[in-house]
Amino acid sequence: MRKLALIFAFSVVLISLIAPEISRAVTPDEILKDPVLETRARNLSRELRCMVCQNQSIDDSEAPLAKDLRILVRERLTNGDTDKQVLDFLVSRYGEFVLLKPPLQMQTLLLWAVSPGVLLIGIVALFMMARRRTVAIPPPAPLSEAEQRKLSTLVDQ
Amino acid sequence: MIPELGHYALVLALALGLIQAVVPVVGARLRDTAMMNLASSTATMQFVFVAASFAALTYCYVTSDFSVANVYENSHSLMPLVYKYTSVWGNHEGSMLLWVLILAMFGAAVALFGNNLPVSLKALVLAVQSWIACAFYLFILMTSNPFLRLPQAPAEGRDLNPILQDIGLAIHPPLLYLGYVGFSMAFSFAIAALIEGRIDAAWARWVRPWTLAAWMFLTVGIAMGSYWAYYELGWGGFWFWDPVENASLMPWLAGTALLHSAVVMEKRNALKIWTLLLAILAFSLSLIGTFLVRSGVLTSVHTFASDPARGVFILMILVFFIGGGLTLFAWRGPMLKQGGLFAPVSREGALVFNNLFLTTACLTVFVGTLYPLALEALTDEKISVGAPFFNLTFAPLFIPLLFAMPFGPMLAWKRGDVLGVAQRLMAAFGAGLVAVMVTFVVMGMSSALAPLGIGLALFVMVGALVDLAERTSLFRAPLSTVRSRATGLPRSAWGTAIAHFGIAVTLFGIVCQTWASERIVALKPSQIVSLADYDLTFDGMVQHSGPNFRELAAKFTVRSGGVPIGTMEPSKRSFASRNSTTTEAALMTRGVSQLYLSLGDTNDDGSIAIRLYHKPMVLLIWIGALVMMLGGALSLSDRRLRIGAPKPALKASAAILEAAE
Repeated sequence: MRKLALIFAFSVVLISLIAPEISRAVTPDEILKDPVLETRARNLSRELRCMVCQNQSIDDSEAPLAKDLRILVRERLTNGDTDKQVLDFLVSRYGEFVLLKPPLQMQTLLLWAVSPGVLLIGIVALFMMARRRTVAIPPPAPLSEAEQRKLSTLVDQ
Repeated sequence: MIPELGHYALVLALALGLIQAVVPVVGARLRDTAMMNLASSTATMQFVFVAASFAALTYCYVTSDFSVANVYENSHSLMPLVYKYTSVWGNHEGSMLLWVLILAMFGAAVALFGNNLPVSLKALVLAVQSWIACAFYLFILMTSNPFLRLPQAPAEGRDLNPILQDIGLAIHPPLLYLGYVGFSMAFSFAIAALIEGRIDAAWARWVRPWTLAAWMFLTVGIAMGSYWAYYELGWGGFWFWDPVENASLMPWLAGTALLHSAVVMEKRNALKIWTLLLAILAFSLSLIGTFLVRSGVLTSVHTFASDPARGVFILMILVFFIGGGLTLFAWRGPMLKQGGLFAPVSREGALVFNNLFLTTACLTVFVGTLYPLALEALTDEKISVGAPFFNLTFAPLFIPLLFAMPFGPMLAWKRGDVLGVAQRLMAAFGAGLVAVMVTFVVMGMSSALAPLGIGLALFVMVGALVDLAERTSLFRAPLSTVRSRATGLPRSAWGTAIAHFGIAVTLFGIVCQTWASERIVALKPSQIVSLADYDLTFDGMVQHSGPNFRELAAKFTVRSGGVPIGTMEPSKRSFASRNSTTTEAALMTRGVSQLYLSLGDTNDDGSIAIRLYHKPMVLLIWIGALVMMLGGALSLSDRRLRIGAPKPALKASAAILEAAE
């Protein structure tokens, strides 16, 4: 409920403030004729944040700003921009806040490094601990002749 | 009168809580049994009083008593009865009351069913529970009192947020809270063990059923929330990596890791310190989740919890319990003796592998969720961390985990033979490979990764079945032997296999969404839209009126191969009381796949915009979670873990079962 309530409460407030009538994300009139361009536009839309929403991509968002951005992305693509050029353009205009996947930079180094870093440290630490342990437990000594005899009599029984 | 009684009951619960927070601890120090046993009575009575308080608030809602501010803000006299009940927790104050109700319920459960616990451990566990409870009673009474009256009772309430007027609100929050709060048991047990300075395999056996129960509820709670978002939000997504979702995923990941490490501790007396740490972390993450959602730190714009006094209060609770728990851990943890040695390739080793990947995944979510907040606080720079980031960092951690999953239960304790297990898993490998090839052939080369995902899912599913087949000697022994081995197999072994099977089912459903298709079009009446073998004819608009809303629905007839198979009616509802609109998507279930239809704007030329999706196998995502819960339930019913002492007469047979495993 908490998550939904948040998303909902927010979008409800937003809609009542800005748009009296709900318009769903991606409307039919936005769609490009060229299916290849349209697919690219959709994929780019998923990487871009609707800046007035809480954690929604412009592909999902129903805010008017998201619609403007979707149209903008499509315009740039129709004019022959590459995907990277479109993203660069939007970043130059709105800052890195618009990217849902922040680029690797000094201030995002920790963000990107934590997951692989911790995994690596964990593996190395476990490996070293395992080595210490295998040294610590010598393999059991082979059975002595007396034990062997005792075992075979037990088995025979 | 009733709201005042509810308020008073909560104050009494606090008073009892304060007694329970102190007396049993002193009793444990002095070895005074009477003082220690007091905790059981106060815990039971706390539950009674909190339940009375909750019942009082429910009464106010059901009778639409708008003189109570909380009811006025969140209810409406025309609302259907079920929503009058659910709106009790559809708001901040009421949901916190539900939180403490569940906390008190767990406390009472320990008091009533924890007879097999050593007296001092039980007393300390209940005391720690009471510390948590007191903190939250104070929080409610001081910052979030749901029983405040208005000077003048308004004639009509302001209605519940229309989007919350859904059966999802009845199911999702209580389940999620049962999970969140359930981890407080693991926390209390861990703190009690640290205070006592003694921890052994028996401790793990006592703590596991509570963790398992909390994990089951959290699993289904998250899944139900996901399904609710799927059908309610109207664009067919099922997981958004929203911070609030992440807040529930983090305790789940830590709790899953805890379940697995507790197995090692119970069986082999190893990983003690680590298990304690996970027990503390799982609940700490639940508290952090509460803080994130309740404090309004995530965003300044939403309406849900924007009162800074609350944020600071929860932050203090957070600092006290997490900081205190970890400090105690750092101080007392190293004194615990480590047990059972094992080789890297062994059942223990596999469970350590599981823990490494689960905790890393948990940390990834944690950093991804909090990094933007921390960065903004420190440098004023704003970045976004959304779904593309999490998909890229989280998925690579789950793939090795899933791949290793079938190996784990089949490896021997202490020293395992990974090649031997691989050999026994041949059938699973075969199934996976066939699945990859079949998927490539049927679905084409459009996506290279998805068929591998399908292969992985099949590998895990068949792997779980192979594990059961091996344990019951299926195909190797006569059927009568198989039957007796199957009934003799501990339920926890069945639980493991079924839960592992369940996660593969979920994976299968998620991967299948690669082939989901959509159409976004504007239609006029009698026009047809086609998608994935289905033809939908737009028959026209119809009006309905509900108890507290008006509904405009579009009627569609669905045909498959020319044969009508049903109708779909997506709609928009307008709620006059809040001057707002919701869209209700229409869903048609075909097997485990779904057609999903949601309405957009009406255009000037009389056409209406629609979004139509075909979601192949989509229900498997949530069915998988239910299967996981079933696995958990079976494991919980294992006589060795059953809450309450195993009867002396059963001990002998339990020992035999254990030996047979």
